[in-house]
Amino acid sequence: MSLSSDSVPALVQSPDTSVTVFATEDVTKVYEMGEVEVQALRGVDLELFEREFVVLLGPSGSGKSTLLNILGGLDMPTTGIVRYRDQEITAFDDAAMTRYRRDHVGFVFQFYNLIPSLTAKENVALVTEVALNPMEPEDALGLVGLADRVDHFPAQLSGGEQQRVAIARAIAKQPDVLLCDEPTGALDVHTGVVVLEVIDRINRELGTTTAVITHNAAISDMAHRVISMKDGRISDVRTNDERLSPEQLEW
Amino acid sequence: MLITRPRSSARQLKMTALHRKLLRDLLHMKGQAIAISLVIASGIAVFVMAVSAHEALTLTRSAYYDRYRFAEVFASMKRAPLTLADRIAQIPGVAQVEPRVVMDVTLDIEGLSEPAIGRMISIPADRRPGLNDVYLKEGRYIEPYHPNEVLVSDTFVEAHGLKPGDSFEAILNGNRQTLHIVGVALSPEYVLQIRPGEIIPDKKRFAIIWMDERELDSAFDMEGAFNNITLTLLRGTSEREVITRLDDLIEPYGGAGSHGRDEQLSARFLDDELKGLRANAIVSPTIFLSVAVFLLHVVITRVISTQREQIAALKAFGYTHWEVGLHYMQFVMVITTFGAIVGIAAGGWLGKAITGFYAEFYRFPEYLYRFDLRVVAIALSMSVIAAVIGTMSAVRQAVLLPPAEAMRPAPPAQFRETLMERLGLSRVFSASGRMIIRELERRPWKALMSTVGIAFAVAVLILGRFAVDAFDYMMDFQYFVTQRQDVSVTFVEPLSADSQFELQQLPGVLRSETYRAVGAKLRHEHRYRNVAILGLSDNRELYRLIDAREHQTKLPKNGLMLSDKLAEVLHVEVGDTLTVEVLEGERPTWEVPVEALIYEFQGTNAYMSRAALDDLLREEGSISGAYLRVDGTKLDTLYQQLKETPRVAGVLLKDAALEGFQETVAENQYIMQGFNTMFACIIAFGVVYNTARISLSERSREMGTLRVIGFTRLEVSSILLGELAVITLAAIPVGFGVGYLFAVALAKGFETELFRIPIVLSPETLAFAAGVTIIASVISGLIVRRQIDHMDLVSVLKQKE
Repeated sequence: MSLSSDSVPALVQSPDTSVTVFATEDVTKVYEMGEVEVQALRGVDLELFEREFVVLLGPSGSGKSTLLNILGGLDMPTTGIVRYRDQEITAFDDAAMTRYRRDHVGFVFQFYNLIPSLTAKENVALVTEVALNPMEPEDALGLVGLADRVDHFPAQLSGGEQQRVAIARAIAKQPDVLLCDEPTGALDVHTGVVVLEVIDRINRELGTTTAVITHNAAISDMAHRVISMKDGRISDVRTNDERLSPEQLEW
Repeated sequence: MLITRPRSSARQLKMTALHRKLLRDLLHMKGQAIAISLVIASGIAVFVMAVSAHEALTLTRSAYYDRYRFAEVFASMKRAPLTLADRIAQIPGVAQVEPRVVMDVTLDIEGLSEPAIGRMISIPADRRPGLNDVYLKEGRYIEPYHPNEVLVSDTFVEAHGLKPGDSFEAILNGNRQTLHIVGVALSPEYVLQIRPGEIIPDKKRFAIIWMDERELDSAFDMEGAFNNITLTLLRGTSEREVITRLDDLIEPYGGAGSHGRDEQLSARFLDDELKGLRANAIVSPTIFLSVAVFLLHVVITRVISTQREQIAALKAFGYTHWEVGLHYMQFVMVITTFGAIVGIAAGGWLGKAITGFYAEFYRFPEYLYRFDLRVVAIALSMSVIAAVIGTMSAVRQAVLLPPAEAMRPAPPAQFRETLMERLGLSRVFSASGRMIIRELERRPWKALMSTVGIAFAVAVLILGRFAVDAFDYMMDFQYFVTQRQDVSVTFVEPLSADSQFELQQLPGVLRSETYRAVGAKLRHEHRYRNVAILGLSDNRELYRLIDAREHQTKLPKNGLMLSDKLAEVLHVEVGDTLTVEVLEGERPTWEVPVEALIYEFQGTNAYMSRAALDDLLREEGSISGAYLRVDGTKLDTLYQQLKETPRVAGVLLKDAALEGFQETVAENQYIMQGFNTMFACIIAFGVVYNTARISLSERSREMGTLRVIGFTRLEVSSILLGELAVITLAAIPVGFGVGYLFAVALAKGFETELFRIPIVLSPETLAFAAGVTIIASVISGLIVRRQIDHMDLVSVLKQKE
């Protein structure tokens, strides 16, 4: 996959439903929190397709972060099977799981999780240094509009800028899937829109299968598909006939 | 608008982002990192110092022994014809023999009122001695047919400000003679000049004097005869066998038992010193490095727990366990390696300085110091092993941390009703007081770790000063509690019982207690030791036998009482029977039961009741020597009289013995312990400072919140510093206990046949350890306080927990 302005026409890509990127079968997850057992997922069956932009919508505690972590190989389900393309990642051992995260997944966390002792560029380099086919960190930061902030430390950046660094870090490896956990959760509307535009562009221009978690229903209008969750189950799936661009969203 | 650039080559030589993180994290906590480095450096420095000094001295000693042909077997007898020397030379395995005349004489030195002993040793004037050669430090060698020319040992010459060209008087076989110093000499045989019957060198009152054999022979009517012989052996010869054969040969000539270097006083003393250095090279660094291990454990565990989410992010990006673990190991290794390098450099430098000091002290003609790369390698591996041990569990935690779990915030702290509240004491404490107590109660494990850390600091401080206490106690015990005489006198030959009254008549003598000492070989199975059995009368006030542990001891009526060390060496217990071969007079052999043991600090001694000894010897109150209590104002007259008495072989003053002890054993210890104390202080500061910094970094958010809701700086810092104060105070008594254990370990390491170290911790040492720890706490507290004062409230609160 190459990243170029003229290789693929913008805005014409639609999901290829013949290619399943993720498939889960009856996935459950139980956490032990001290003496309490928390049932985070109660049987989730789901498919995500090539080039698809999905929004996972639901209140806090609905299990969406758990699902995203499982898709991204950060966590293992208690029962059930998860497939990434033709591989069953639930059967992976630890090393294979690490390999999978390293080679295929781009993560964006709600709280950015930047390394405070590294500059924006170095935070991105942290990922590009171990990736198979990365862009230059400067280019990734250019994509999120931070070309002039490359040498700033996280503490010198605003919340929106930090989140954009986190996105640059996630996309710099040119991942096959981009998983974003509440990427705008800690941001104001204007900054949130800027961040969503970046994610949207990655999906459109690179064709990266993208899943975004949010509890903000307004954001769902920019997705191909909206999957709603409640109490650890999928409660609703909706396909948008027409997608809105981020600046058209109304919060 | 999306751009592709050719990707930079996979692994360039530039720093990776992870390395940059490492560097910046280190810079961020440079105070703590340096403190830990210094703790490691201290342990390594002590190790390198002691090991390299030990190696250098061992090397120097063997070079000295080789070059000056130090003998391997030594024997003395009353008088033997020179033909015996030829027969001795024919013992299989003997390489070289050197028969000679050795006589102890009384010296009269200007400016020294008390008599001194000179050990006269015959040497050929026309050539160098075949064995036990002398190193001429000053002046020249004696020349044939120059009457009364002598070489004198350098410590004695120095102690009295003598030089070649000077003269002094000596009583040779009853005749007063003037001896002319032509040269100042050193000998491998008398690296330490220890008077007969003593175990401590005496610079001022004991001289080694080398004189032309022709003159010495004629002065003592020993022409064609000798009374002392030394030998070297061919490689691979059994020393034991040679000694047995030699004993048989010299026995008819009044042989007093031969021995190897292991019982040669100077060699043995030196050996013990080297053992002490070795002990210091093992015990202290082990303890210091253990403290470093503990400190690393606490600090790295803390660093890793604050970087929980960073670790999770790294893993989410696909960093492997190995890469994450390596990152934190590198963090530790930078600190460790820095400490090790500083420690090796400092230790090498100090080792050289100490070797120089020892070489000067022991008057080695030259000293060899080689900074051994093996020592560097061992020191480096020791620090790396220490670092790995200290941080393995913490790094393992980081490695095994499941990324998704680390993403979730840590569960909120659980506060319960504390003991204080259950007891209804809440109202007694202020809000800050309650916060301090709750924090301590809520996380007892953390409080315990901090307490243990600071207790270690207290303990190493105690260890640093312990030897000084022990030696002070030992001297006090030896010279004030047990041996209360001012002067002890020994005679050339045993005198009859009436001499007791003559002694009493000497000027200034307030009380005299005589004793009988007889040289004997104590044998049990294949083990033996040559010792003097001391026969003591029942009515003693001056020379008391006091068991250092039991504080009371009674001399058995018939059998032997052995110092427990001697019993240990001979493998005997109370009730066993020893074969006693007397090495004088008729040379009888007895079977004597061991009836009591006495725990002593110095020497391997054997005691008997005077009456029982007389019975065995078939004597009636012969006197080998006496202990005197003396009127201090009449000392000079007494000395003068003793000098004139030909039968007096030696006079020993307690003050001189004390001085000798101070100047030799104690001084070496003080120097070594001085360095140990310095390093202990560094360690104490390192530990306390880290403890304070860790609690600040753990609780900065809480501190920030308190400041925001209106607490003053003073109130906020008093919470943190109050906690530090509580922990420090709790750690001090614990540290006393740990320090005691450390002292036991060190004492065990230092124990030799001649000395054992009592476990004594003086109040001064305890106060010193507590004081330094408290000062370290106060200083660390002030540094932390300054950081609280300069805390950027907004940024603290913005940080995610």
